Amino acid sequence: MIVLETDRLAITFGGVRAIDGVNIAIESGQVFSIIGPNGSGKTTLFNLVSGLYKPNDGSIRLAGETVTGLAPDQLARRGLSRTFQNLQIFSRMTVLENVMVGRHRHERTGVLADLLHWPTVARQNRATREAALAALARVNLADVAERQAGSLAYGALKRLEIARALASEPKVLLLDEPAAGCNPIETQDIDHVIRSITQDGITVVLVEHDMRLVMNISDRVHVLQSGRTLTEGTPEEVRSNPAVIEAYLGVHGSQEAGRAFD
Amino acid sequence: MRALLETRLLPAIAVAAIVIVLPWFFPSMFYYRIGTLVFIYALAVVGLNLLMGFAGQVSLGHAGFLGIGAYSVAIGPTYLGMPSWLSLFAGAALSGIVAFLVGRPILRLKGHYLAVATLGFGLLVAIVLSNEAGWTGGPDGMTVPKLTLFDWSVRGSDTWYWIACATCVLGFVLALNLMHSPTGRSLQAIHDSEIASLVLGVDVASKKLTIFIISAIYASVAGSYLALFNGHVTPDVAGFLRSIELVAMVVLGGMGSIVGSLVGAIVLVVLPQVLTVFHEYEQALLGLIVMVFMIFLRRGIVPSLVAMLKGWRK
Repeated sequence: MIVLETDRLAITFGGVRAIDGVNIAIESGQVFSIIGPNGSGKTTLFNLVSGLYKPNDGSIRLAGETVTGLAPDQLARRGLSRTFQNLQIFSRMTVLENVMVGRHRHERTGVLADLLHWPTVARQNRATREAALAALARVNLADVAERQAGSLAYGALKRLEIARALASEPKVLLLDEPAAGCNPIETQDIDHVIRSITQDGITVVLVEHDMRLVMNISDRVHVLQSGRTLTEGTPEEVRSNPAVIEAYLGVHGSQEAGRAFD
Repeated sequence: MRALLETRLLPAIAVAAIVIVLPWFFPSMFYYRIGTLVFIYALAVVGLNLLMGFAGQVSLGHAGFLGIGAYSVAIGPTYLGMPSWLSLFAGAALSGIVAFLVGRPILRLKGHYLAVATLGFGLLVAIVLSNEAGWTGGPDGMTVPKLTLFDWSVRGSDTWYWIACATCVLGFVLALNLMHSPTGRSLQAIHDSEIASLVLGVDVASKKLTIFIISAIYASVAGSYLALFNGHVTPDVAGFLRSIELVAMVVLGGMGSIVGSLVGAIVLVVLPQVLTVFHEYEQALLGLIVMVFMIFLRRGIVPSLVAMLKGWRK
């Protein structure tokens, strides 16, 4: 079953077609990676799919429903969650509270009930807290639950963002460079986390520069160049595609690389 | 459950305990008067703190709502034959409606732009209050009829002290409840990252509007109390300086701290009284003391002291 699909998606920034007619179709439960050189439009594609940008052209379908132009919070309530390349942590809140906000779409809220602390609010707070703790345990952060989020190390914050997104129990999780700036051990942690997420049947869409991570865990790899699709295939197909090597290294570089391999 | 309840409301319980004990040390009625003013301001400040400290949205026009509340209890009984208590509720409802109408367009703005837009709102209210002299008495203001509940006419600073502190503690309890709720968590989240809140499904625009309305109602009730307590009201109640005073109380006491709201109100209500002995240097000294507070306790008095205490314990 196709859970996320774009059809001839396009957006223009000041005359530049940042994304230009991209079609992707992601099978449920897969790890789908989007790679490409800097400026090829990977994050722009994420911003379109998660509703932060509105496309000029084309459409997006989430679990069979056309969601083109919906706001990010509406998409979130339909089961799409994401993390950010540059961290977006609620740094003044505790680690646990960060993840509790992730439960928002499952909480019933009424301002009056909240002001009066109705018994239902107390009950729900406990349920939210437990679900958030479980999400923290999955990324190995349960022991720092009460710490202020801003005081955590970079690698831990990367995992915190994943836990927060996981707490919303998404159908599709977009991870924007989860391993960027992480050391090899932290990258391995991220690798484990992503694998465990897919075991729950959550579809993972990954933008990542760490090729070893991408080739290791992806089912499909989609290559962008200058906002257009270059190719798509299994990690093996993409790795051996000369056009991909050229896109990354340039014509001259690919010749050099070719010579080096001879 | 019981323990949870008590930790959540601990600040409110502590404040309630202090205000009950405090009057034993009041040498004269004048102290009740100052205490009443502190609690009335603290009520407005807690509301503004929910907006500024928790949700991170600045309002430089909050005295506008203070003004709506104050003039409601003046105009309602005088011209419309409404009892004072009903006028107070009507004023609160009116403030909520005005906040809804004003908030929808301006809460889309951020930071300085929002600050200037709210400033405009405050000025607008103050100007309407001084120009509509037929209803408001113009710049000279008008007399506010005494609050009467059933047959009991509320008078005396000591009576008002208890009414103001009970309402203030109630305001604290509601604010603390809100903080420990889904709404409160999403407000704090909006403060740190609107974009992350959005992708987690938080309807940012409606949450901002909600807290703007709540904080307007807090200010309106405080304004009504101020007018009823003083027995007189002028457009100054809605003036720019009053708005700045409220913001200063929030920041000085501590952004996002409920107890800080009370401390901020105490400092800026009590200090000018203490400093009157310095005559013409009063204002200058007040400014200096506030500066020193902010330099050494830069996160506000209460959060900075709490951080210091935690540091010592380790």
